[in-house]
Amino acid sequence: MTTAAQNASSARPPFIGTNVPRTDGASKVTGRAAYVDDLPREPGELFGATVRSPVPRARLRGITLDPAFDWSDVTVVRASDLAVNEVQCISAEQPILAADQIRHAYEPVALLACADKRKLAQAVRAVKLDLEPLTPVLDPEQSLAKVDVIWGDDNVHKRFSITKGRADLPDPAASAAAIDAAIANCEVVVRGRYTTHHQEQLYIEPQGVIARWDDKGVHVTGSLQCPYYVHKALLHGFELAADRVHVTQAVTGGGFGGKEEYPSVIALHAALLAQKSGKPVRMIYDRKEDIEATTKRHPAICEIVSGCDRDGTLRALSIRILMDGGAYMTLTPVVLSRGALHAAGVYRWDDVRIDAIAVATNTPPNGAFRGFGAPQTIWAIERHLDRVAQELGRDPMDLKAQNMLREGDTTATGQILRGSVGVAECLEKALAASEYHEKRKNPPAVRGRVARGIGASVFMHGAGFTGSGEKHLKGRVAVDLLPGGRLRIRTASTDIGQGTETVFRQIAADATGLHLADIDFAVPSTSYVPDSGPTVASRTVMVVGGIVERAAREVAARVRAEQEAGGGDFVTAADRLLTKEREVTALVQYEHPGWVAWDDGTYKGDAYPVYGYACDVAEVEVDLDTLEVTVTGFWSATDVGKAIHPVMCKGQIEGGSLQAIGWALWEDVVWKNGLIQNPRMTNYIIPTALDAPPMHVDLVEAPYAYGPGGGAKGVGELPMDGGAPAIAAAVEHATGIFARDLPLLPEKLLELQTTRKG
Amino acid sequence: MKITLTLNGLSREVDLPPLVRLLDALRGPLGLPGTKEGCGEGECGSCTVLLDGAPVNACLVSIGQCEGRAVTTVEGLSDATHLGPLARCFVDHGGAQCGICTPGMLISAEALLARRPEPSDEEIREAIAGNLCRCTGYQRIVDSIREASRERRQAGGAS
Repeated sequence: MTTAAQNASSARPPFIGTNVPRTDGASKVTGRAAYVDDLPREPGELFGATVRSPVPRARLRGITLDPAFDWSDVTVVRASDLAVNEVQCISAEQPILAADQIRHAYEPVALLACADKRKLAQAVRAVKLDLEPLTPVLDPEQSLAKVDVIWGDDNVHKRFSITKGRADLPDPAASAAAIDAAIANCEVVVRGRYTTHHQEQLYIEPQGVIARWDDKGVHVTGSLQCPYYVHKALLHGFELAADRVHVTQAVTGGGFGGKEEYPSVIALHAALLAQKSGKPVRMIYDRKEDIEATTKRHPAICEIVSGCDRDGTLRALSIRILMDGGAYMTLTPVVLSRGALHAAGVYRWDDVRIDAIAVATNTPPNGAFRGFGAPQTIWAIERHLDRVAQELGRDPMDLKAQNMLREGDTTATGQILRGSVGVAECLEKALAASEYHEKRKNPPAVRGRVARGIGASVFMHGAGFTGSGEKHLKGRVAVDLLPGGRLRIRTASTDIGQGTETVFRQIAADATGLHLADIDFAVPSTSYVPDSGPTVASRTVMVVGGIVERAAREVAARVRAEQEAGGGDFVTAADRLLTKEREVTALVQYEHPGWVAWDDGTYKGDAYPVYGYACDVAEVEVDLDTLEVTVTGFWSATDVGKAIHPVMCKGQIEGGSLQAIGWALWEDVVWKNGLIQNPRMTNYIIPTALDAPPMHVDLVEAPYAYGPGGGAKGVGELPMDGGAPAIAAAVEHATGIFARDLPLLPEKLLELQTTRKG
Repeated sequence: MKITLTLNGLSREVDLPPLVRLLDALRGPLGLPGTKEGCGEGECGSCTVLLDGAPVNACLVSIGQCEGRAVTTVEGLSDATHLGPLARCFVDHGGAQCGICTPGMLISAEALLARRPEPSDEEIREAIAGNLCRCTGYQRIVDSIREASRERRQAGGAS
């Protein structure tokens, strides 16, 4: 007798809320999991390589193949070979290969393929580019000032404004004047400028795909987050019908946003080489190429002016956000939107004006990275409130607690928070677990040349797509009945390490009463999974998991109806139903809760159906001679609604927090004349196990009424938001140095210390 | 050049130019793709294997250096039917997420536990400091290794 029958007929404890072994665990710990570079070589397979621009801006006058080189077994693709030279993303202005203009360093100019990897590397060097260098625009403020026009009419990728209260006026100038007046009337006015820098995703598995063509069209298998993004880009690039494009996810070694939109580029490149050569083509980036050419977190400048009462009640807020989009638009408008929507922090304000602008520069396009614009603006608002607290002589966390959003309060976009607001509990738990108040009460402990300090941050992050995004996306999931009373989940939501396939099985198993082992998870391939929307935006469990739950329930209900009508156990009834109907499938589409109202025109309303909340605490030691910072302990209390799998949920929080710590302290893309000076793991420093502090994570569960499994909400991005400001507050506590700019490198801290003393 | 080595306990012979990277020899002719390449310059530790019991980056070792020596890869830590205890602890305690660093991480942990059956958390962190992980924040990897060490000691030191 199968487990399906046993478990369907007798109640069992739920899987949700338990730490079942991850279903892809065994293959990963034995080395059997096949990542794209592990897939067997196909007959006749070629390797692909990319010829890239060595300069950030130039006119491309020509491409010459060295006549002394033997090109007989090398496939070459240039812009002139392309019928459509556009990478379809939000816009399609990014060329697949630069034709006559170079707009950023490392921009692809030509593609080569050869069976012999060593010869391929020589061939790349035998391509000569005739370039007329132009002066690049590398600084976003210069771009905004239109020192030179490099994109569109005015270099502006996108603008948004959010207004509230007295600043809510249709005329921008009147609104700006109104917010200035509102702030000027406040008892305490504080100004600040806060900046953040590029960050590389640095997934440990580099980007890679395999492409081949046959009579069914083009097939791409690769390391990717969003199979349907690549599908869309290939449809557009090759002008194919939807059923002629087949995109399949290989086991993916991390993404963090870096494999959201970029895989479209490498997929187009490999498919072009495969089409021209008539052979399968494998393209795997080496680390240097991956760091240089692929997207990074958008640098941002946030200028904040705020007004509050002497008793600390926050009143009015004005923020100007400037983001560097890089050479092409890619996903910048959405990143900017998320940044703007999170800029007011987790606080009540009466009057708000947020102006957000993203501009082009001659640097590689910036793109999706966990947090998606929010870590930049949350850094700014958290540091700003630390400044306000300084001004008022208050502990920053007391000031923040006084002003935190509660159920029924209204956000900057006018959204009334309807529940699942666990922020107060997060704050209380994280501060208690870390003994924040006890440690903060006394002056910082200094022993020898080491000073200890503690600092905290509190924040929220919207779950799911912004505003009407989910309504437009219409994410879908299919659940099929298989012989033996088993189910199969078909979804485009990918497991890139976060545990999707395990969590979806838990949700489907509890929705039906089946056992985990009776739930299959289909490999995400556009040939047979419906478009569930992309694997991004903290939406996989909350949005897509909810559809999985409904679809699984629907299939089980049909089997149970058959059981009632014709008798027999679950398996017998299931097999009888399958015999009768041949195919038993529920294809379910996401439905936004009916009350969610959002206006894209005015940027008002329910920006997200719900938010996750967290409070982070960092304890640091600062070497007073070198100003090196060591994080000695890290605490987070995070409101996830409902933890489907507590261990994996904490794994998300710990991993995201360490990326935030890395961004705060060490990770720094060093630029010189538009080129990256440290494109290697040797000099782009991500944290090791010795740099990482012990982590103490508390899960808070304020359930979201529309979330699956009893109220789950998104958690993927939230932990990227709070680490940097918590560390900066701890450094301030230890040393008195108030940092406004990331990263907190010793030389920058020294500069601040020197200025302060001088 | 013919090179003979002991690979995961079995004697194997390959015919390769001696300067071919051990990593390429393992993933190619020796048919063991469990060892991963993350950077190709000895920084990320994804390709860590044991060479005569000591952890090395297989991207920095040539196959010629392996003549007459013993190499252990992740495939040697579990057998076809069941997971080794260290590997199982990584599954049970959240030590693996995307999994790309996991083979190298397991090898470094294996070398540590062979040398120090009861390591402190600090010793665990030291032992895996050459293996970069971008997913976990390391806490659950440390937990997994600590738990494996406890289980091994309970089982009387047998692995």
